[in-house]
Amino acid sequence: MKFGVVQFPGSNCDFDAVHALKDVMKRPTVLLWHKDHDLQGVDCVVLPGGFSYGDYLRSGAIARFSPLMQEVKAFARDGGRVLGICNGFQILLELGLLPGAMLRNKNLKFLCQHVHIRIEDARTDFTRAGRRGQVLRIPIAHFDGNYYAPARTLAEIERNGQVVFRYCDADGAVTDEANVNGSLHGIAGIRNEAGNVLGLMPHPERAAEALLGSRDGRTIFESLIQSVEKRRPARRPAPAKKVRHDR
Amino acid sequence: MKVRILVSFKDSVLDPQGQTVKNALHTLGYGAVSEVRQGKVFEIDLEGVSRKDAESLVPEISRRVLANPIIEKFDWEILKGR
Repeated sequence: MKFGVVQFPGSNCDFDAVHALKDVMKRPTVLLWHKDHDLQGVDCVVLPGGFSYGDYLRSGAIARFSPLMQEVKAFARDGGRVLGICNGFQILLELGLLPGAMLRNKNLKFLCQHVHIRIEDARTDFTRAGRRGQVLRIPIAHFDGNYYAPARTLAEIERNGQVVFRYCDADGAVTDEANVNGSLHGIAGIRNEAGNVLGLMPHPERAAEALLGSRDGRTIFESLIQSVEKRRPARRPAPAKKVRHDR
Repeated sequence: MKVRILVSFKDSVLDPQGQTVKNALHTLGYGAVSEVRQGKVFEIDLEGVSRKDAESLVPEISRRVLANPIIEKFDWEILKGR
């Protein structure tokens, strides 16, 4: 399985993501420049954290228009796996690949700390190596992580089971205190309806080695690798037929 | 032609920055302030654009780029030019 990590001007977790995928997970990983048009035949596109284009205007608002993102959009439409981490999640929202938007954290502070998130669905390509209800300890580092969606959209997301991660306490209870940024329904990560695109605010690439305080982030990468390499059909009814991208 | 575009949160969206400003104004004794909404202002110069063109162009760029229609609304006015 081959990963591609997209680099925007202002990305700052790009090399962390490459390290986690290449050195820790031992999978071929390439950097993809935002001005290119070629996804180099990767099986999964990772949009890393950072402050793409300085986050001017709104987080992720400018990155969305970069040339490579048009390719990523087509890739996702064809069933290609896309993982957006932090700023990457914000870009996916701006791009319309995921529903909703981000508001400033409820306490108006930049939050940089370890949080707990609960796996709400372990049947996705991003969580199949974990189990439902499992609590992961992964750091966050963001200003705009307060997930918002209009009431009707939110109800639809819940009905479709698109909420994959929620902020919780160490025991897995979803509480107001654990919901540090004020996200609606404690949402920390969602997937699209088809299940091939996921965005989350916590940084799994910063929690891939015991040396860094947690290995829990590996669950997400391991899941992606399993979903591609083992080709075990997910238990949930397959969405649109997955199209493999061999260029 | 010069246009001014005002982008602000929809009424249904909580504006924590506006609330903080309101609280600060209350602390300073401005009790008459009952609500504060914060937004962004863009002043844009347009060249070779008629008023009629501007009426479709400005809303288009506001919706596509300047505002996120999920959380924000916009207003605009012509400051200068015809």
